[in-house]
Parts: sequence; C-alpha cells; structure tokens
Amino acid sequence: MVENDRLGAWIAHVVLIIGIVILAFPVYLAFVGSTHDAATISNGQMPLTPGPNLVAAYEKALFTGTSGTTREPVWTMMRNSLIMALAIAVGKIAISLLSAFAVVYFRFPFRQTAFWIIFVTLMLPVEVRIYPTYKIVSDLGMLNTYAGLTIPLIASATATLLFRQFFMTVPDELVEASKIDGAGPMRFFVDTLLPLSVTSIAAMFVIQFIYGWNQYLWPLLITTSDNMQTIVIGLRKMIVTQDALTEWDVAMATAILAMLPPVAIVLLMQRFFVKGLVETEK
Amino acid sequence: MEKRAIFDNKLLPYALLLPQILITLVFFYWPASQAVWQSFLIEDAFGTSSEFVWLDNYRDLLSKPDYYASMLTTAWFSAVVTFLAMAIALLLASMANKQISGRNAYRTLLVWPYAVAPALAGVLWLFMLQPSLGVLSKLLRANGVDWNPLLNSNHALIMVVLAATWKQISYNFLFFLAGLQAIPRSVIEAAAIDGARPMRRFWTIIFPLLSPTTFYLLVVNIVYVFFETFGIIDAMTSGGPARTTTTLVYKVYQDGKLGGDLGGSAAQSVILMAIVIGLTAIQFRFVERRVNY
Amino acid sequence: MKNSMLIAFMTAAAAFAATPANAQTEIQWWHAMTGANNDVVVRLANDFNASQQDYKVVPVFKGSYADTMNAGIAAYRSGNAPHILQVFEVGTATMMAAKGAVKPVQDVMKDAGETFDPKIYLPAITGYYSTTKGEMLSFPFNSSSMVMWVNRDLLKKAGLNADQPPKTWPEVFEAAAKLKTVSPTCGFSTAWTTWANIEQLSAWHNVPLGTRSNGMDGFDTELKINGPLQVRHLAKLAELQKDKTFDYSGRTNASEGRFTSGECGLFLTSSAFYGNVKANAKFDYAAAPMPYYPDVQGAPQNSIIGGASLWVLGGKTPAEYKGVAKFFTFLSDTDRQAKLHQDSGYLPITKAAYEKTKASGFYKDKPALEVPLLELTNKEPTENSKGLRFGNMVQMRDVWSEEIEAALAGKKTAKEALDAAVERGNQMLRQFEKTAAR
Repeated sequence: MVENDRLGAWIAHVVLIIGIVILAFPVYLAFVGSTHDAATISNGQMPLTPGPNLVAAYEKALFTGTSGTTREPVWTMMRNSLIMALAIAVGKIAISLLSAFAVVYFRFPFRQTAFWIIFVTLMLPVEVRIYPTYKIVSDLGMLNTYAGLTIPLIASATATLLFRQFFMTVPDELVEASKIDGAGPMRFFVDTLLPLSVTSIAAMFVIQFIYGWNQYLWPLLITTSDNMQTIVIGLRKMIVTQDALTEWDVAMATAILAMLPPVAIVLLMQRFFVKGLVETEK
Repeated sequence: MEKRAIFDNKLLPYALLLPQILITLVFFYWPASQAVWQSFLIEDAFGTSSEFVWLDNYRDLLSKPDYYASMLTTAWFSAVVTFLAMAIALLLASMANKQISGRNAYRTLLVWPYAVAPALAGVLWLFMLQPSLGVLSKLLRANGVDWNPLLNSNHALIMVVLAATWKQISYNFLFFLAGLQAIPRSVIEAAAIDGARPMRRFWTIIFPLLSPTTFYLLVVNIVYVFFETFGIIDAMTSGGPARTTTTLVYKVYQDGKLGGDLGGSAAQSVILMAIVIGLTAIQFRFVERRVNY
Repeated sequence: MKNSMLIAFMTAAAAFAATPANAQTEIQWWHAMTGANNDVVVRLANDFNASQQDYKVVPVFKGSYADTMNAGIAAYRSGNAPHILQVFEVGTATMMAAKGAVKPVQDVMKDAGETFDPKIYLPAITGYYSTTKGEMLSFPFNSSSMVMWVNRDLLKKAGLNADQPPKTWPEVFEAAAKLKTVSPTCGFSTAWTTWANIEQLSAWHNVPLGTRSNGMDGFDTELKINGPLQVRHLAKLAELQKDKTFDYSGRTNASEGRFTSGECGLFLTSSAFYGNVKANAKFDYAAAPMPYYPDVQGAPQNSIIGGASLWVLGGKTPAEYKGVAKFFTFLSDTDRQAKLHQDSGYLPITKAAYEKTKASGFYKDKPALEVPLLELTNKEPTENSKGLRFGNMVQMRDVWSEEIEAALAGKKTAKEALDAAVERGNQMLRQFEKTAAR
C-alpha cells in the first residue's frame, strides 16, 4: 500500500472542498438573486444571504413569465427544451449507430469517402454556417417546427466517431460466433452489438441531451412564435432588455430552473456517463 | 486499425449510411458551400443586390490589423483557459483519486457544472462581476481594486477567462479522474517502494501515463474555447473593451451581424472551417495511432 | 344515422369556427419591446383587433433590437418576412438601402387610400426617418432623446443647489468633483457612450458628424467626428476618468443601475429610462437638458432622437398592406398617441398628441417627460442636427466605442482615438456604399 499519510488526506479534503465551493458559488449567488426583489439587485444592494422573495419569484417564473418579456411561462419553455434535447439525443444516437456499424463492419466502395464526409463535420458548429442553414430549413418549410429545430443539429460526427471507436474494441470472435449461428448483419447488430453498447449509448445520451438543451443561436433564429421558445433563449431575452428593467429575480429563478434538468441527467446517469466516456475514449 | 471480421453485403451498408449522409449533405455541405460562395460576393443585408468580387473579401480581411489582433486574442485566450481548466482539473482529479472518505460525494459535487450552458455560465459570472450590481465587483472595489472590466482590458479578459474556465473544469476533471483510475496501482506502489516521493512520483510516472488523456483534452479544450465561448463573450463583454475580447468566432458573428459585411464574415467562416478541419485531422491521426497501442 | 348527423354537425361547427379566422388577414409584427413596453405592444394589437373585423395584428417578441433586426433580415432572405418589423434608429440606413425589401410608409398609406398628412407629425421625430424630400420611410414607434438625470438628494448632500442642476459642461465637471466627495466611485457618467459623447454632443452643438448632412443626403458621406469639439470633450472625459470624476459606464444601458442605486449623481441616458427611475430610485430625482459648452456658438441647438421605428417589408399582398396602413392610422390617433406617451414615457409622434398632453397639465406632475421634447424642439433642426444616416451604424458604434475606450484607458490620446475612429469608420462607409449604391 502507498503511504496512507494523514496529511495527504487532509490536503486532499481541503483542496476538494475549495474546488467545490468555487464551482458552486456562482450558482449559489444566482439562487440568492432569485430570492430578492429586482430593485434591490439592480441597485447593487444584494446581500449574500437569501431574502424573502423566493416563492414569488419562482411562482412568477414558472406560471406567468416576466411581465411581458417572454409572455410564455418557464413551464412551456422547459417543455420545448426537453423535446428539443430528447429529439437531438435520440436522433443523433440512432443515425450514428447505423453509420458507425456500416463503416466498421462492411467493406464497400467509397467507404473511406463516406467516413470522411461525416468526419469533417466533427467540430464545425452550426454558428459558422447559420444563415445558409436557416435558408434551407425555411425552404423546406420547417420553420417553427420541432423538426426544423432539431434535424439540422443532428448532422454532426461526434457520436459516429465515438461509436466507431467503441465498435473497434468489440472482439472479432463475436462476429464469427454470430456468423456460425447463421445470423445476418442486422441480427448481429440488434442482438449482440447494441446490448454491448449500452454504456456508450448512455454516455452519448447525456452528452447530446446537454448539447441540445444548451443550444442558443439556432433556436433563436428558427422559432418565431412565442410558444416554440426554449428556456435558454427565454433567459437571454429576460436579461437583454430595451429601456426596461431586467427582472433579475425572475431571471435568476429561471436560470436555476434551466439548470435543473441537465444537471439532474448528469448526476443520475453519472456512472454510465463516466464509464461510457472512458471506454469510448480508449 | 481495420476489423478483420466483417459482413458481406452490397447494399446494406449504403442503406445504413443513408440517413446520416443525407442529413449531413443537406444541412451541412449545402450551407457550407453557400458560405464559400458568399465569401466571393459583396451583398447588401437583404440580398437585393450582389456582386461577384473574386477574392476581394479575403484580401480586405487579411490586410486589416483587426483580424490578426483577434487571432492573437483567440490564441492567448485558448492557451490560458486550456491551461487553467486542465491544471485545476488535474489537481482536483488527483486529489479525488486518493483513498479518502467521501470520494464519490466529491466526484458528484464536481461534475455537475458540465451541464450548464455556456450562455448561462456567462450570465452567472456577469451577475457577480458586473461593475454596477455584481457582488464580487463590490467586494473587489471595497478592497481597493479598481475593478473595471468596461475599460480595463485585463479585467475584461480575466472575467471571460474565469467564466470559460469554470464551465470547463468538470469535463476535464472527469477525463483525468478516469485516466488516473486506469493506471494500475501496482505501478504506483512499485515506485513508492523505490522511495520516490509523492510529487516526484506524480511527474515521473503518473503524468506521462496520462499523456493520451492530456492530449485529447488539449484538442477538445482548444475547440471549446474557439467556438463554445461565443455565448460567454456575447453575454459578458460583447468583445470589448476596444476589441480585446473579440475572438475569431465572435468576429465572424459581429461582422456579419445585421448583414453588415456578409462577404467578409463568410470569408472568415471559410478560414475558420479550414483551421478546424486541420485541427480535426491532426486529432484524428492521433486517435488512430492510439488505437494501435 | 346518428353518426352522420354528428359529423354534419361537427363539420358545420368547424366551418363556422373557421370562417372568421380565414377571412381575417393576419399582420405579423416583430418587435423588441420588453417589460411594461411589451404590455403596451400587446394591448395596442388587441385594441386594434377588437376595433375591426378584417385584420388581425399578431405581435411577436424577437429579442433585443439587434436580434429582432437579424431575424427580420434572415426571414426576408428566405421569403418569410413579417409585415412590420421594429428596427432601432441605427439600423435606418441599412433598411433604407434595401430597395425592394422595404416599402416606404408613405407609399403604403397612399396605395391603401388612407388619409395621410405628414404635417401632423413632429418633424424632429419623423425627420429622422424621412428622405430629404420629406417622404416618410418608416413609422416612428418608440422615440426618446437623451437627458441628464439628476439625483437631487445627492446634489444637496454634496452642497450643491438641487434646484439649479448644472447647465453647461464646465458646471457639470465642477459639480461632479463635489459629488465625488460623497460618492467616491462616480462623479457623473453616461450610458450609450457614442450616442451621448459623439452623436448627441455634435447635434446639440450644431457640429457635423459627417459630410452630406450627416449622411442623410447620400451614402457618399465622410465622417467628421474628429473635430475640435469632439476631441476636446473626449480629452476632458479621459482626464476626469483618472480620478473617477467621470466614470465610464459602457456601450449600452446595462449600467443605468448606477443612477438608480445612488452611485452616480448625474447620469446622461435615454429619456425612456423614466420608467426605471420611477420604479427603482429611492431618492428625489429630476431630469435636466443635456449640458453644453457655452463658448461654442449656437449651442444648444437641438437634440436628436433614439429609439425605434416600424418598417414595412416588401413582397406582401395589397390586402395585407391595407391592413398595415389601417393599423398605422390607428396608431396615429391623437388620444392613443397621448396615452401611449403618458403610459410608456416614449415621445408622442404627432403635434396634436403633444399639445393635448401639455394642455392636460400632465407635465406639471411629470416635468421629466417634457425635457426631451423641449430639447428636440429647442431650435429649428439644421443639417447637423436633423439626425444621422450612416451605413453599418451598428458596427460603426462598436468601432467608435472601441476608440473611446482606448482613449479613456489612456492607451491613445483623444485626437489619436478619434482620428482612428474616423479612418476605420470611413472604410466601413465605403464598404457599405459598394453594397448599397445600386
């Protein structure tokens, strides 16, 4: 055993606690902000401890929205964000599993070409090509629809690459065994490969869910009606105001609410998430 | 590396690839080619008149010192955020990897900021550091620091670096922790028996073994700073003061904003795409090699 | 039998329910109004919809001014433009240059056969949105001007006469030095730095911002903002910044809280800040006209407006335009304008609404709301004070702000900074001219 010195453990505890406090502090302040009234905050007189305005702020955020800024209560926006995040996560995983399977388990003309076509898109975010993409979505009549909101964001290579990496580590013997059993490729895919990939899929789900939930510029352009708005947009609209007071209390309550679902997903699926990332990253 | 065990089928692989290729072509290549085309045009905001100008937009761009300034800002910003986010994460990960009580609780309390949207991180930090209403800025001023991110470019940079780093620590932490846990304890114990002190042990044995993780994170972090910090900068400084926090991506957005200079903005996008494709290719070669050992 | 009855009944019911909706022409109105002003927008639309059967105005909030304009441009380029788009004043040149993409309000009204007399509007406001021939291009919706907000309690505390707030810049500098003794972090400040310290400053002193009547006469304009007045003003601010007699508050209105919190005793910003002051200031406040340099001949001249106007986008059907025209007529109604002005703090756009408000004694209670109107109508506007129309003004303001920031931070002298602002700004103007002058 490596020396189990008390001093080392002490240092570890102290460092970790400091780290946690630093990471949590901004969120704590946001929470404090959501418990004071807007005037106190915009006058820069917010104390460091929670105030009396908690229930009012959250009630307003959840059920009525700020006075006219967004008009849609957070509730509706959360639903939209949830649909968007789920559709992106599920859609990406589905098409990526299929294409990774094709690239790894088959030999066919233009295999490399196909792989590179997908691969080049790996790190190019939608922001860089936003106007032309918007035009195409509009030409296809997909403005203000969940399809328009999600499908263009599904076109990315991260998931394909991760599944490809994972499939590479699956032992060849499994294919041979499956072939001996007389199973075709799709049978192998469904019965053998998918069950093996559960951890990777779970990890991918977490990553893509968060990616979808956190989108900003794209939903801002693509949704023109209030009831299609997502929560990140809603929050941003609450803060950037013209000649009107930012209702910081409701904005901060919304910020806290906007954080809850993705944080919950990360925490709940933590074990899969970490394991999946590490396995696929190998 | 190639699989040896494969299936034989002429059409199936194409069918499997179809959905992704289709979506990629329609929503990626088509718009990207439009951006390339746009970079050769001069056009007004509403697209009612346009003129083909060959490489004028590129020539304009490369003749302006602004562009090089924002390249420098981006390089500097990436270097600092990447270094800080990775160093802090490594420190936390190596502490969390010790045999101490409450390890899992610590891990849980350190991973969650991964889920926070960059735009949201910007808002949270702005809420603390905004000169007129921020709690931290009041504290700084009370202690004699003339905190003024609106005019002092160092303060503005510190502000965006803090928010960007804060957001990225969790991700790096997860990877480092996983990397550390993958190192067999026997290796470390052998070193301990040889009498190597903890610090020395870390730098001579553990850190080299972590290098694949480190390299992977390096690329991921650089790309993160390039693109995802957009939301942070937009929320906190809008690129100011005097352009000192304008990164390349922010400049693309700012120049193309309201149709101001669509051609120039598109030309910048094209250059950015080239840079990122280059980065991706480097990483890909590296990933391929890693699979081999 | 029962079933078919039911179906017939339901079809009839559906047809009945659908008829009025189908016959109504929908008018999309994209806007950027938040808070109480958003409520005003919604109420206007509802009132209009209730007042007649044929048209339905649907207001859609699209985010900040820049977001809204961006969304409108993107939508136009892909053929989904709204009928009415609210655009901030600095987007005026961009909108104007887009021939075919917008339909001048004057034409909308004429084609629809609505009675339209440009003379009923306040020239200081509509002039900003009209051609030099007086043709009205867009419909002013929310207009404001810049005033100096005064914290009377703080002035008294600093030993100043709160009933006589400083009138000239030298007086402001003097007062600020005293204010700094009671609030050490800020003597005075301004929001919207370029609007205050370049645009309004120049108009208020009858000094040009650019050639060709500040660009109103043509896109071949060149900047003049490095003149002696602007350089002198910026140099003074940079000097005062060192000890915080003046303290910079950023490019937008994000730091307006410095006034309502009682930190800055004198604060120049939009007159539309009124609502916030009323809600948040826990002290006695007032609004005063912008200060001027008494040694500049002709000062004070008149101020220029800010805010936003409503543009009608091209490519719609005559029936839809008719609805838009009816809506604008509805908005111009004297009672409605007067009420809008009194509720929102934005300026009335018709002379009659102003007169009516004045006659009602409204300004006796709320003198702060008349200050911007007095500034705007102080003198007959000259070619330097009618307004400004520079292409790429949004980016231009960023460039000017950058140079102002460089000067205030002591990285450049005021002259160097403004020379650079002119040079860089002129490059942008030439670039805009290339795209627009066809």
